[in-house]
Order: sequence, then C-alpha cells, then structure tokens
Amino acid sequence: MKKKLLSLGLIAVLLTGCLTGCGSNKNSVRMINVSYDPTRELFESYNEIFAQHWKEQTGQDVEVIQSHGGSGKQALEVSNGLEADVVTLALEYDIDAIEKAGLIEDGWVDEYDDDSAPYTSTIVFLVRKGNPKNIHDWDDLVKDGVGVITPNPKTSGGARWNYLAAWGYAKERYNGDEAQMKEFIKKLYQNVLVLDSGARGATTSFVENNQGDVLIAWENEAYLSMLDCPDDYEIITPGISILAQPSVAVVDSVVDERGTRAVADEYLSYLYSDDAQRIAADNYFRPVNEEILQEYSDVFDLNMKLKTVHDFGGWDSVSAKHFANGGIFDEIYEK
Amino acid sequence: MKKKNKRVIPGFGISMGVTLTMVSVIVLIPLATLVIYTAQMSFPEIIATITRGRVLSSFYVSFITAFAASAINAVMGLILAWVLVRYEFPGKRILDGMIELPFALPTAVAGISLTYLTTDSGWIGSFFAKFGIQIAYTRLGITFALIFVGIPFVVRSIQPVLEKLDPSYEEAASVLGASRTRIFWKVIFPEVLSSLCTGFGLAFGRCLGEYGSIVFIAGNKPYYTEITPLIIMSELQEFDYPSATAIALVMLIAAFLILFINNLIQARNTKILNGNR
Amino acid sequence: MNQNKQSGFVKWLLITISVLFLFVMLVLPLLVVITQAFKSGVAAYLKAVTDKYTVRALLLTLEATLTAVVVNTIFGLFAAWTITKFKFKGKKLLTTLIDIPVTVSPVIAGLIFILLFGRQSLLYPILKACHIKVVFAVPGIILATVFVTFPFISRELIPVLETEGTDEEEAAALMGAGAFTIFRKITLPHIRWALLYGIVLCTARAMGEFGAVSVLSGHLRGLTNTLPLHVEILFNEFQYVPAFAVSSILVILAIILLVMRSVLEHKGKTTKKPL
Repeated sequence: MKKKLLSLGLIAVLLTGCLTGCGSNKNSVRMINVSYDPTRELFESYNEIFAQHWKEQTGQDVEVIQSHGGSGKQALEVSNGLEADVVTLALEYDIDAIEKAGLIEDGWVDEYDDDSAPYTSTIVFLVRKGNPKNIHDWDDLVKDGVGVITPNPKTSGGARWNYLAAWGYAKERYNGDEAQMKEFIKKLYQNVLVLDSGARGATTSFVENNQGDVLIAWENEAYLSMLDCPDDYEIITPGISILAQPSVAVVDSVVDERGTRAVADEYLSYLYSDDAQRIAADNYFRPVNEEILQEYSDVFDLNMKLKTVHDFGGWDSVSAKHFANGGIFDEIYEK
Repeated sequence: MKKKNKRVIPGFGISMGVTLTMVSVIVLIPLATLVIYTAQMSFPEIIATITRGRVLSSFYVSFITAFAASAINAVMGLILAWVLVRYEFPGKRILDGMIELPFALPTAVAGISLTYLTTDSGWIGSFFAKFGIQIAYTRLGITFALIFVGIPFVVRSIQPVLEKLDPSYEEAASVLGASRTRIFWKVIFPEVLSSLCTGFGLAFGRCLGEYGSIVFIAGNKPYYTEITPLIIMSELQEFDYPSATAIALVMLIAAFLILFINNLIQARNTKILNGNR
Repeated sequence: MNQNKQSGFVKWLLITISVLFLFVMLVLPLLVVITQAFKSGVAAYLKAVTDKYTVRALLLTLEATLTAVVVNTIFGLFAAWTITKFKFKGKKLLTTLIDIPVTVSPVIAGLIFILLFGRQSLLYPILKACHIKVVFAVPGIILATVFVTFPFISRELIPVLETEGTDEEEAAALMGAGAFTIFRKITLPHIRWALLYGIVLCTARAMGEFGAVSVLSGHLRGLTNTLPLHVEILFNEFQYVPAFAVSSILVILAIILLVMRSVLEHKGKTTKKPL
C-alpha cells in the first residue's frame, strides 16, 4: 500500500515537472490574451497571421495563449491575478474594472484608434426560417406570445449591449419618457423564456434546444449560427440598434513585469492592419477601417441606425442606473 | 458506551496534529477569509444585502428545489438500497456500480445532457409535453437535475446499515403474525431512519450549493428559477465582493448547520448501535 | 437472506421501480453523451479525442486527480484514526469541518481560494516575491480538487473503524507496540477495502470537478484547462460533437473506475467473511 502511494506521489511530482518545466527561451515569447466568448474563431485566425508578422519583424516565435469566457468574469479574473498581457473584452466597462484594480493605466481608451475598439458589432435578431412570428423590429418582441431568448445582463457583459439596444429603441420611440421606456423593457423581459448566464448559452438554448421565437444576439454570433444551418434561420436587422465596441488594452503592470510590452503593443496595433481587419470581417465583426467595411457591404446592413454607449452617458452611469443592485433591471422584475 | 482508559493507544499527538493542520489549511483558513471579507460590511448592511427581494427569492428557490429533490431521493434511495441489499437478480452488480456515476460526470456535462433530454423536443421532455408539463427551464427542471446530483448520497448512507440489519428480527415479527407493512414501519424503518437522515442531509446540502448543472437547465429567470449560487456569480460580475461573500456566508452557515445536526444524529446512532451489542 | 418470504410481486415491483429510475436519471443522460459524441462518425470522434488540447487537458486532469487522491488518502488515514481511536472534546465539530467541502457550493469553494490567494489578498505580495502562482495556475486547480474531495476517504474509513472498536489496538498498545506498528498490523487490514473504495470514489469525483476549478483556472488554453473545462470551452465554441466526445472520455474513465470498485467490493466481502 505504502509503496503504491509513494509511486503515485512520484508520478504526480514528475507530471508537474513536465507540465511546468517547459519554460521559454530567448527566441520565443509567450503571451496571454484574455478575451470573451464570441472572439474564439477571430483570434484563432488572427494569432496565426500575427505570429508570421512578428517573426518577420523580429525573428522571434510568438505563442499566444487564449482564454475565453464571459467578459465580466474574465475581467474579474484578470483583476484577481490572472496574468494577461492583453485583454480584448466585450465592453469598456470591464476593462475599466481592471483599471480600477490598478493593473491598467488611465487613458487606455485613447491608446489605440477608435476608442481602442479595432472591430465593432451590433445587436440583431435571429428568427426561425420564414419568420413565422413576423418579427421586424423591437416592438414586435413585446407582443404577446413571442418567446425571446437573451442572456442575463447581470452575468453577461455582452448581454448588456442587447439590453442597451432595446433601451435605445425605447428612448427613440417614447421620446425619452422613462416610465414608458421602463414599461417597454419590462414587457420585453417578461417575454424572455430563458435567461442564460452567457451569450453562448443563449444561442444553444435557441439553436440546439429549440427554445423561443427570436434570439437577440450579436451580429457575428447570429452569422455563425447561420453558417451551421443556413436553412433553419433568418437574420432580422432592427431599425435602431447599438454600436457594440469591444475594447482592447495592454495590461500595463503585467507586461512591465514580464517584459512583454513590445509584443503586446504590436499585437493590438496590428489588429488595425488591413489583413487583420479582413479577418475580423470574415468572422462577421465590422471592421473599423471604412474601406474594408465597404468591401463587405453585402454582408453587413450598413443602413442601421446605430447608437453608442456615449448616448446614454457612458458605461459607469449606465451600469449604476440599470444593472447595479436595485437598478432598473432589478425593478422590472419586482412584483 | 464501553468504559475505557483515556488514550491507551499511542500516537494521539501526531495524528491529531496532522489532522488539525490539514483541516486548517484546506478548510478552516479558506473559509475564514469568507468571514473576514464579509466583516468589511456593517451588520445592517449585511442584513440589507441578504434580505433583498431577489436574494430572498433565490434562497427560496434553492431551498424548495433542493428539499424536493432530496425528499424524492430519500424515498428512491431507500427503495434502491433495499433492492440492492435484499434481492438477487440479474444485472444487480451493474445497477450497484452505476450509483456513483453522478460524482464522476462533470456537472456541466450533466446539465447539458439533462437539458437536452427535458426540453419539449427531448426524449423525456416530449413525453411530458403531451400532458402540458414543461420540465426544462422551470423549477421542475432544477429539481430534476438535483435528483441526478443527489442519488449517491442516500443510497450509500442506507446500504451499509441495511446490510448489517439482522433478518432474524423480521423473521420473528413475521412468525408473530405481523403484516409486512407493519414489519417495515416497526422493525426496519426505525433502524435505517438515522442513516436516512444523514443521506438526506448530505444530499440536501450538496443540492443547495449546486451550480454547474443548474445554470443550463434552469433558465435563470429572476424570482422564478434563479438560484443562490447564480446570484453570487452576478454579484461578482458587478465586482461587488462584500455582497457576494455575505450571501456566500449565509449558504455556508446553512451547510454547516445541516452537517452539524447530521453528525449529532449520527453520533447518537452509533451510541445506540454500540449499546445494543 | 430470506427471499422466499418476500412476495414475488413486491420484489419485482421494487426492482422495476429502481431500474426505471436509474435508467431515466442515469442511463439516459449517458446515452445522450454517447450518441452526440458519435453523431458525426468515428473519425470525427477520434479526431476530437486526440486533439492536442484534449490530450493536455487530460494530462492536467490526471495530475490534479492523482495529487488529490494522495493528499486525501494521507489525510483520511490520519483523520479516521484520530477520530475513531481517541476520545477528545470537539470531535463533532471536527467531523463537521471535515465534511463541509461536500456541501459547500463549488462557486463558494472557488471564491474562497481567490479571496485567500488572489491579488487583493494579503498573501499575494509574499507569493509574488517567491514567484509562486496559485490562482489561475496548476496549484490552484489542484487545491480546488483537493478541497472538493477532502472528506471522501475519511468518510469511508470512519464507519468501518467505528464498528471495529478499539479493543485490539488497546491490547496491542498494552503489549508495548508503537503507534505505527499498531496501525500497520491491526488497523490497516481492517480498512483495506474501505480505503480502496474511498480512493476510487475520490478519483471519480476529482476527475469530474467543474465548478470550483472553473473559478480558479483562468481557462488558459493548453495550460490550465482540465477535461471538464475543455468540454465547456468546446461547447461554447459550438463544437458540440467534440464537446460530447471529450465528455465521453470522462464517462469511460468513470465507468472503468466504477467497475473496479464493484470488483473490489466483491473481493472485500468475500475476504471479510472468514474474519
């Protein structure tokens, strides 16, 4: 028995050695990109062209390790000590949280062009083929008998864009009358059948488990679901939506400590290159480069009226007003 | 209890030392941090946090579903244990071996497959949909998943006791002309009652805290299918550590109480068992 | 056993209920996993399970499981010995504390280690100075696994030792045997099968742990993803077939373990009887 235990222990120690022993040498560098759920495919392709680009420039091999998850959870983990060199999250608010934890320096939003958001997206509807419930705009979602699927904005950063897009529509429709706007949002969320904890969970409920009539989704997610089964779904673009700006930033205290600032900085800058912008567009993110966006005008509906978070006073005030405890999102569920 | 001299057996110091050290490092110190973080809030603040409408209703949902699931498991567990101990039939060993599967299947995988089964197009869900019963995305769905999670606890608590139970009592009662139901309630049930309580308590505690499988099947609608662990996750999402830890502390105290009462019952039980000998 | 006295009807009714219950609750979910895993054929299945990241995740899972089993075996032996062979105050409190990890929500289990070793903790600067990474690294995952499986072995040992009593050990002690000798010669033979059974259970539970590990892992692909986390990631990538294929590895490992357990138990019973 004891011998068995000893040998088990030995194996464990050896394995640890194997897994942690593979350190880095001078001719290669390893960096960690902490991102959110829907960017997996995007960064898988981007990491390849970036590795080539970096090799050409410096002769160094770069290995980018990806971490994906809910945007807010990822921000929390970075604040708690997950050593990310760069973060590429769903919204500014989450990167602000890392800044507040003291890991990113103030002013990161202006570090790169377009509010440090190299690609954007928007919120659209995915409905079942033939659009049986005749859904064309936001007010169709609050009709009786329409089942809506959207993730919980309290647990999913991405879902906050969904919520805000609906709020933006209500604002326009009711000329800023808050009581009516709240009523609209309340009705909308009363129609929600499943409030998943993350965006991908919501898509699964809609696609795999056949729940609901309409999925409120990021444009890129909606296109990805279409790719798998093009005959089952249709994308509906509402008249008003929101310009979702997923932000990127270098985590200053980590790169300074690890000495990886150069590669991290180039990693984010290169996202604005033509090649990278095309990769973004191929993955159904809207490139910020206008010319490249025009090349893809057959994919993206460029006539949508897109609001930005600044129209609502920025994330700090939006978050305090809507998603904090006792905020509007709590209010609409109170009986 | 037998009378004995204190600590005749050597080695008390070292074994107690090792035990205490490991309990402290793995359990006590980490749990203490929870108390310390909660202590950053004033008492009225803590009360205000844990009595918010949504939090209270999540306690209710967690409690009621965990209770229902453990109650069903208690009944089914008793039947299963009985069948596994008292009867011989082909495939018994396989049945017995399966009981622990819920331990080994990752909760997320369990949640995904159970949801797949119980939506109105799934194998089980479509059957119940005919009667207008929806399982997935309702409290029923949560209970369903919790039953899955809790199966091993009750069965494995009762099984050893039933195995030790001497059939001669039953035979005696039977010879004296007692009916089978009477024998069960008067002879067998009292013997397994305390281990049934233990199994129920463990399953209940485990179900209260279950997260991985529930988020998939629950639908997470506030005031309806939102469970407490999910509330903790959303507090963390808001970077509200004190609230998250305060709610977590309530759950921890609940878990501790359940176990403590359980251990009291168990200790009484051993006393009775030893006394009977 | 006096089966003859039981009416056949009740017997078969109860067996049917049991089989039906286990079929719906346990077999169907497994069937879902298996059918989904092979939905796109064997080639797709093999590709998924031999993927580079899957293999790394498997290795990490095995590493965490082994460590948890070793630590918890050592702990379980000491704890069971302490609790059953000696009388002391606060015994109930101690057993409650040992049991607590079973009922603590995995979310909370992850949270407490983040609070203890994360960046806002007082310990963090010290760990940093020593270049020790705990959270979002392999040690954190191992810690979480040890935590959730903490009571599994001691729980199996305590009831067995309790029924054995302390007479034999006391006799040996009076004859002048040392603690270790008593343990090895007298206690260990009694608990051999319970110990093995506990190890199997602990292994099964450690392999499947998801919640607490998920909070502590950071989900670094190829570095800190265990098998259950890898399943979650694949699932989130809409790669349903590979997700279920990887799950099936866990299912198969679990079944192997449980078969082993069944065999062990059978052996245990047959060797115990002559005692």
